[in-house]
Amino acid sequence: MAKQSIVPFGPQHPVLPEPIHLDLVLEDETVVKAVPSIGYVHRGLERLVEKKDYQEFVYVAERICGICSFMHGMGYCEAVEHVMRIDVPERAKYLRTIWCEMSRLHSHLLWLGLLADAFGFESLFMQSWRMREKILDMFEISTGGRVIFSVNRIGGVLKDIPPDMMRDFLSRLSDMEKDLRRLTQTFLTDYTVNTRLRDVGFLTKEDAISLGAVGPMLRASGVAYDLRTTGNYAAYGNLDVQPVTSNIGDSYARCQVRIGELFQSMDLIRQAAGKIPEGPLAAPVKGNPNGEFFMRCEQPRGEAIYYVRANGTKFLDRMRVRTPTFANIPAMLQTLKGSQLADVPLLILTIDPCISCTER
Amino acid sequence: MTENERNALTAPGGLIETLPPVELLPRVIEKRIAGWRLCQICAVTLKQPENGGVYYELSYSFAREYELHTFRLVLPQEEEIPSISQVYDCAFLYENEMRELFGVRIQHIAPDMQDKLYRIDTQTPFGRRK
Amino acid sequence: MAKLKRSPWLLHYDGSSCNGCDIEVLACLTPVYDIERFGAVNTGNPLHADILLITGGINSQNQAVVQQIYSQMPAPKVVVAVGACACTGGIFKECYNIRGGVDTTIPVDIYVPGCAARPESIIDGVVQAVELFQKKHEEFMRRHREEKHHHDGK
Repeated sequence: MAKQSIVPFGPQHPVLPEPIHLDLVLEDETVVKAVPSIGYVHRGLERLVEKKDYQEFVYVAERICGICSFMHGMGYCEAVEHVMRIDVPERAKYLRTIWCEMSRLHSHLLWLGLLADAFGFESLFMQSWRMREKILDMFEISTGGRVIFSVNRIGGVLKDIPPDMMRDFLSRLSDMEKDLRRLTQTFLTDYTVNTRLRDVGFLTKEDAISLGAVGPMLRASGVAYDLRTTGNYAAYGNLDVQPVTSNIGDSYARCQVRIGELFQSMDLIRQAAGKIPEGPLAAPVKGNPNGEFFMRCEQPRGEAIYYVRANGTKFLDRMRVRTPTFANIPAMLQTLKGSQLADVPLLILTIDPCISCTER
Repeated sequence: MTENERNALTAPGGLIETLPPVELLPRVIEKRIAGWRLCQICAVTLKQPENGGVYYELSYSFAREYELHTFRLVLPQEEEIPSISQVYDCAFLYENEMRELFGVRIQHIAPDMQDKLYRIDTQTPFGRRK
Repeated sequence: MAKLKRSPWLLHYDGSSCNGCDIEVLACLTPVYDIERFGAVNTGNPLHADILLITGGINSQNQAVVQQIYSQMPAPKVVVAVGACACTGGIFKECYNIRGGVDTTIPVDIYVPGCAARPESIIDGVVQAVELFQKKHEEFMRRHREEKHHHDGK
């Protein structure tokens, strides 16, 4: 039997932007088991519902994670709006959809850059983030902030995208599309990228479902599951969404799915911009919430569930977020088994981990 | 299942069904056989209005295609319930978290992190209510 | 910047941050904001680093990690606390698992405010950190020469 050794990985590591600790049990260079040790980013912010009332809590919800910030704020607001039976105006729903899809674009470009950095292709990392800056410029013009921009409020949104700004954004997106196609071609066809990504980190369809994987991790293993198709939140009911899937199930497939979603998001923004009606930006909010609701939305990393329970006072009983990375961790531990030590940072990155979302 | 309940499964928010704790494990096994996946498990700490006693409301959510079905358990603070990690492997994270942060007495979680999932200083910070 | 003789190496560590400030720190290292034109280079190894950029508050899990990183960095060193959470604990100050800002654990030289801190503020903080590092380095070399002189004179 080969000799076993334990290698500690993290919490400070050149490739990982966030602290997570894994104890890797190795036989020679092959990982036999991975034991996670989390808790570095645990702030316990769900207890802040006792100190901040339900309207102030939007600011806390946005700061669960800086990358998925807008969608956390939106998920929380939609959950409370369902409990209070507030009718959000159509224009606000479309604006939320547009900002959601722009968030998805920036998140996937961020991930592509970090992936390129993880396998050593630094110039691709720089190019992806340069493209991402164009999306952040659009955020800054429309909302005033680059990563955390508080535009969500219970009942609607705070800022508007007037028609001339919308036309400007659509022309920026068209200019970006050409450069983006060239960039993503490199990811899909370059020899070095293929060697690092193909046949690494397989996850079968049955494992993906039984381990509770969500998002691109699930779609890359052949399951066509995308919550935007239900149309249950924002304005997705009026847009045509087809889940982007792949049947291969390895890291290359996950890269392929996320690249496909980049172009899908651009198309959705164009659809929403074409259908957005005139109207008010927010509905008035009276009284306090009383009741409970499970709200599900499709974040860039997968399905997120927001559970809100209120008791008629201005402080909620409970706000709970089950983020996609929390659901993907068992699947990640499964893909690590049997992999090489040098592939470990890459495999951790393929689930698009957002540890601050997971630990709250 | 009634017609209304079947419609509620695909409506936003899904169907919430209250169960006595003893029926948890058999119903979860049924869900596993029927191909549902575990979506999330969460807990809320509440106070009885009459005597101020603390109890938990646990929600076990399962999803299949786009349906959402949640089992609701009302659990007194001292009562124990079995773990479902033998049926759904991925439940270990949720159950370890509930035990460490809320103090819910769950038995036989596999693997058991011995209250060291988050390694926080405060004991069961969500286990009390003002 | 004309007097800058060394090009400082930056180390970035995330201690319980929400990632907002971290991606803005990384955005400083990529095109458009490019901090490398000031000579700063990002490293992953504390033993090579001169300037530590920390985001996020301190809790009991990462306190020892932060102290270890600080002690592994060779003197002279400069610590920059980036973002509201690293300065004081930010919006999470009242959470049960946050002890406070970075200065509860290691001495901080420069505080960069913001939630999330903008790249312009971060660059301003790093430029000031580089000047402070220059001063600390001169002081360090002066003391080293005096000690050597005193030792050789014995």
